[in-house]
Amino acid sequence: MSVTAPLKIETLRLEGVRKSYGIGTPVEAEVLHGIDLALQAGEFAALIGPSGSGKTTLLNLIGLLDRPSGGTLFIGGQKTSALADTELTRLRGRSIGFVFQYHYLLPAFTALENVMMPVLAARGHPDEEMRATAAALLDKVGLTPWRDNKANDISGGQQQRVAIARALAMRPPLVLADEPSGNLDTQSADSVFDLMRSVNETSGTTFLIVTHDPRLAQRCDRIIELVDGNILSDRPNSNVIRRG
Amino acid sequence: MNRFAPFEWITAVRFMQEGKVQTLLIITGVALGVGVIVFMSALVAGMQANIIRRTLNYMAPIVVIPPTQVARPQRPDEKAAVSALVQPRSQQLRSIDQWQKVRAQIEQLPDLVAVTPVASGPGFALRGEASRAVTVIGIEPESYLRVIALAEKIVAGRPNPGTADIVIGIALASDLGATIGDKLRLATASGAAETLNIVGILDFGSKGVNQRNVYIALRVAQNLLNLAGGVSSIEIKVQDPFAAELIAQAIEAETGLEADSWIRTNAQFFSAVAAQTLSNTLIRFFVGLTAALGIASVLVVSVVQKSKEIGILRAMGTSRLQVLRLFLLQGAVMGLTGSLLGSLLGWAFLMLWRGWARNADGSPMFIIVIEPMLFVLATAGATLVGILAAMAPARRAARLDPAVAIRG
Repeated sequence: MSVTAPLKIETLRLEGVRKSYGIGTPVEAEVLHGIDLALQAGEFAALIGPSGSGKTTLLNLIGLLDRPSGGTLFIGGQKTSALADTELTRLRGRSIGFVFQYHYLLPAFTALENVMMPVLAARGHPDEEMRATAAALLDKVGLTPWRDNKANDISGGQQQRVAIARALAMRPPLVLADEPSGNLDTQSADSVFDLMRSVNETSGTTFLIVTHDPRLAQRCDRIIELVDGNILSDRPNSNVIRRG
Repeated sequence: MNRFAPFEWITAVRFMQEGKVQTLLIITGVALGVGVIVFMSALVAGMQANIIRRTLNYMAPIVVIPPTQVARPQRPDEKAAVSALVQPRSQQLRSIDQWQKVRAQIEQLPDLVAVTPVASGPGFALRGEASRAVTVIGIEPESYLRVIALAEKIVAGRPNPGTADIVIGIALASDLGATIGDKLRLATASGAAETLNIVGILDFGSKGVNQRNVYIALRVAQNLLNLAGGVSSIEIKVQDPFAAELIAQAIEAETGLEADSWIRTNAQFFSAVAAQTLSNTLIRFFVGLTAALGIASVLVVSVVQKSKEIGILRAMGTSRLQVLRLFLLQGAVMGLTGSLLGSLLGWAFLMLWRGWARNADGSPMFIIVIEPMLFVLATAGATLVGILAAMAPARRAARLDPAVAIRG
C-alpha cells in the first residue's frame, strides 16, 4: 500500500522575474535579477533584506501593482504577463490582500465600512452579507467595540488590525504585508503579527511578510533573504518562535 | 451605507463630506455663478422683450410695399449719349397692384399671425383754428387689430373706426383740444377732405406716434388718398418677431414686392440688442468658466490629497473606470447642487428686482418673465460643466499607478 503525500497547491510562482527602471535611458537600472520563487498555500514566509535590496519592488510585482520587465509570474496557477490592466485589477482584488506599513484606511469611512470596501468595489452595491462578513472579520481582529468609529478615531495598532481585516475581506489566498508593524510599538507589533499568524493557521491564507525586524522574521516558517536584487537565501525556519 | 447606492456614489459623497469646507466653498461659488447667470439672463431677456414689445406696439413686423419706382432714361437709339447723372424719381403714393391676390398669396405662407391691408399717406387734421400734420392710416379694423394691438393702447372710446369715425393719439387730441365725440376734419394733399367723429383716443407711450397717427376706415382713406380701391401696404404679424427678416425675404421672392421687416428698418436698434445679447453670453461664458475652474481646482487638490487612498483603492481591486466615475460624480454633484442653489438664488434676486425696479407710478419698470426652461438649462449646463471640469482630475486619478501612489 503506497502513501501519497498531500497535494500542495501553489499560491505563487516566479520564474526568472526581472525588473528594470529607466529602460532605454542612460540611467537604466535592473533592481531584480531573475527571481525564482514559489509559495505553497498556507505558507507563512518572511522576506528580509537590507534597504534597497528590492523587497518592495518584488512585493509590488507579486501584488500585481507593477509589471515585471522579464520572466513569468503565476498567481494561483494563472500566468499574469499577458493579462490586460482590467484583468490584472480583477485578479488582484480577488486573489491578493495588502497590508502596508501605514494602514491607508479611508478616513471618511468607519472601521466596518473600511473592511467592506474591497467587496463593495467588486460587487458594486452594499448588502447585508458583506456587512456581516466585515463585522465577523472585525470581531476576529478584536475590534467589534470600535467598528462604528471613523478610521482616524482609533489607535495606530487598531488601524493596522482594521487594515488586516480589510486585506482578508475578499478571502484572498495570498496576503502581502510590507513592514506591517513598522510604525507600531513593540507590543502592538507583536499583537498584529500574532493576528496574521492566527489567520494563517485558521484559514490557511498564505502570507508573505516584508520585515526589517529579525525578531519578527524568526516567527515565520520560512525566511527568504533578498540582497541586491537576488535571493541570497531561502530556507525553512526550523526554530520558529511562537508566542502565547 | 445606502444599500441602493453604488460604490462610486458612496465613495464620492464621503470624499466630499471629508473635504467639507472645500466642497461648501465650491458649491457656494457655483451657486453664485448660476444665480448671476439666471438673474442676468432673465433680466436681459425681459429688457429685450420689453423694448421689442414697445417697438412692435405701433409698427407691424413686416410691411409689404410696392417696388421702388426708378427713373428709366429713354434712349432713342444705341448711339445716343446717356447722362452720367440720373435724377432719382420721386416716389408717388400708389397702390400695390392686385393687392387682394397678393394678400391671399401671403396668407398661404407659414408662421404668420395676421395679414392686413393698409392705405396710408400724409394728411392734415383740422379743428377750428388748429391744424396738425398727420399720417392717415386707413385700416380694415378686424384684421388690423390682430396685427397692431390698438385695443391695448386705447385710453378712451374704442379702437375700431367705422366709415364716419376717426381714432387719434392722445397728444394730437391734446393739441387740437379734442375729445371723444368731437368732430375732426381730415384733409389730404389731393384736396379731398372728410369730417369724422372721434371715437377713440390711443396712447402708444411715444409722443411722436401719439401726435402723428390717425386711424380711419380703409374705404375712407382710399378716397382721401386718391387710392380708389387700392392699398399702399400690406402689414403682417408673424409668430416669431425674430424670424421676420427671413419671412420678409420669402415674401419678396414670392411676390416680387418690397417687404421690409422691422429688423431691417430698425437695424441700429437691432445691433444694440445683438451687442447686449453678446455681452450677456460673454458674461455667462466667463462665469461658467470660473465655476468650472473652481470645480477643477478643488478636484485636482483632492486627487493630490487622496492619491494614497486612490492607490489603496486600486490595490484592493477598484478599476480605473470606477476611480474615473468616482471623481466625475464629485464634479457632477458639485455642479448640480451648486446650480440648484444658484437657481434658487437667481429666482430670489429676480423677485427682489421685481419689487425694487418700479416706475414712479408704482408699475413695474418692465415685466420679467421667469421661464422654467431657464432654470432647467442653467441646472443642466452647470452639471455638465461640473462633469467636464472633473474630467481632467478624474483621468489623472484613474491613471495613478497604485504602487507609486501608495509609495507617495
